[in-house]
Amino acid sequence: MSQAVNAAPKSLYDRIGGDAAVNAAVDIFYRKVLADDRINRFFEGVDMDRQAAKQKAFLTMAFGGPHNYTGADMRRGHAHLVKNGLNDSHFDAVMENLAATLTELNVPAALIAEAAKIAESTRNDVLGR
Amino acid sequence: MTIEITFNDRTYPVHEGESVLDGLERHGVAVPSSCRNGVCQSCLMRATSGEVPASAQSGLKPTQKERGYFLACQFKPTGNVTVALPDAADQRRFTARVVEKTRLNPTVSRIRLSKPQDFQFKAGQFMRVYRDGESRSYSIASMPQQDYLELHIKVFPGGHFSSWLCQTVQVGEELTIGEATGDCFYLADNLDQPLLMIATGTGLAPLWGVVRDALAQGHRGEIHIFHGSYVRDGLYYMDEFAALAAKFPNVRYYPCVSDDPTESQALRGQADVQALKHFPKLNGWRLYLCGNPDMVNTMKRKAFLAGASLKDILADPFIVTVPRQELPEAPAA
Ligand SMILES: Cc1cc2nc3c(=O)[nH]c(=O)nc-3n(C[C@H](O)[C@H](O)[C@H](O)COP(=O)(O)OP(=O)(O)OC[C@H]3O[C@@H](n4cnc5c(N)ncnc54)[C@H](O)[C@@H]3O)c2cc1C
Ligand code: HEM
Ligand code: FES
Repeated sequence: MSQAVNAAPKSLYDRIGGDAAVNAAVDIFYRKVLADDRINRFFEGVDMDRQAAKQKAFLTMAFGGPHNYTGADMRRGHAHLVKNGLNDSHFDAVMENLAATLTELNVPAALIAEAAKIAESTRNDVLGR
Repeated sequence: MTIEITFNDRTYPVHEGESVLDGLERHGVAVPSSCRNGVCQSCLMRATSGEVPASAQSGLKPTQKERGYFLACQFKPTGNVTVALPDAADQRRFTARVVEKTRLNPTVSRIRLSKPQDFQFKAGQFMRVYRDGESRSYSIASMPQQDYLELHIKVFPGGHFSSWLCQTVQVGEELTIGEATGDCFYLADNLDQPLLMIATGTGLAPLWGVVRDALAQGHRGEIHIFHGSYVRDGLYYMDEFAALAAKFPNVRYYPCVSDDPTESQALRGQADVQALKHFPKLNGWRLYLCGNPDMVNTMKRKAFLAGASLKDILADPFIVTVPRQELPEAPAA
């Protein structure tokens, strides 16, 4: 559907490597997040597999891949975290982990910057402002 | 050509190119969903018949793929399929006769059941035992090629099923059981992969099946089995595992005792802690974690942080729920 006809220029998602790239990034990103004491309390879901699947949703979005999330969904999806103190410093930490993940996967700096820009654009929605 | 999806014994026609999720929803069937793009796994379902394309299984565990799990938002059937929500799949019932009962230690009994004719399972899976409209899950310790189903049951004080099974049930009695389910089984996709198996208590039951199944399928990589208990009396099958380790050079067995400082024959400490002490780096390993839910969930996280891929961590937490107490003011049922 959304990825069916993608006339040039190719999307960031395709240039990064599509679904396979996201699958490769999920473990690395989620491991960084769980090991990051600034933010891991937000991710201590009982079910790690479900949590990892949500990280996949996040990465797909950041890579400009196909998704149906709206700004309102982002607000709703993170509202319980904002209530528990989610703020700019946590958002910055996630951005850092995202960049470090992509660096580890040898993604070129220019593409990392593009992904960062997409993630950054959701800041106000995620933080409920 | 019409394509039909069968769900909960009802059949729904769907359009070509329509996903299982869209098709079922169009007919008013509620299926959990969120992203509708194959990423969040909210719409996880299982096909009990019909072909599932790999594109509908992206991101799932190998053991889930093998059992026909798929993402309903990504699966556009091209032929008829029968699907189920993850837990509703195990609804078939079988009758099995108790053929042997043996005490393995002061709290654990082994029960062997005749294997029903068309009962299918993979070593390491579990099934439900039914009684008076209630049921409990028990793991299968035998292998499919054996003609009995072996269970290891630990008696809980006041536990309805465990005390009935350990104390009351007699050889010759018939039990009602459900279909085998669960993801904790051997996958012969990499015969050289190192395997780390950690069990507490009767969590050893599925691993006794998995390790023998792995060897039967020609597994060549190292297999390390840690079995933990508070005291030595809680361990069992020490001779059986030692014999297996003696026969197969790639198998190592580590009994662990956590609460007895005088213990001399087993490792002192918790099984998961000991395992990580021996193997602090788990990149490329596959793990099997069975038994106490606290151990399983803690170890899952630690193993992941130690480098194991989430897809390679297969876990069976033996969740025991305390039955709901009848409150004095509750209306009589
Ligand atoms: C996937 C899976 C696999 C499993 N595999 C195995 C296995 O291979 N072997 C095995 O032994 N178990 C296994 N279990 C656990 C098993 O399913 C049962 O939960 C266990 O046998 C206890 O059931 P029960 O009916 O005896 O206890 P229940 O009657 O359900 O009681 C549960 C707990 O509550 C306590 N309790 C009961 N009544 C009261 C009361 N009035 N007040 C206070 N406390 C009370 C009991 O002491 C017990 O600790 C598995 C569980 C799962 C989820
Ligand atoms: C950088 C921009 C961000 C984007 C684009 C984003 C995107 C997403 C998406 C798509 C989901 C899945 C929603 C679902 O399908 O249920 C999600 C869930 C989640 N996000 Fe974010 N997120 C961002 C930032 C953050 C930050 C800063 C935190 C906390 C530090 C966070 C914590 C979570 C958690 C804990 C969940 C799971 C919620 C649950 O348990 O349901 N996210 N996010
Ligand atoms: S709804 Fe998210 S994977 Fe299908």
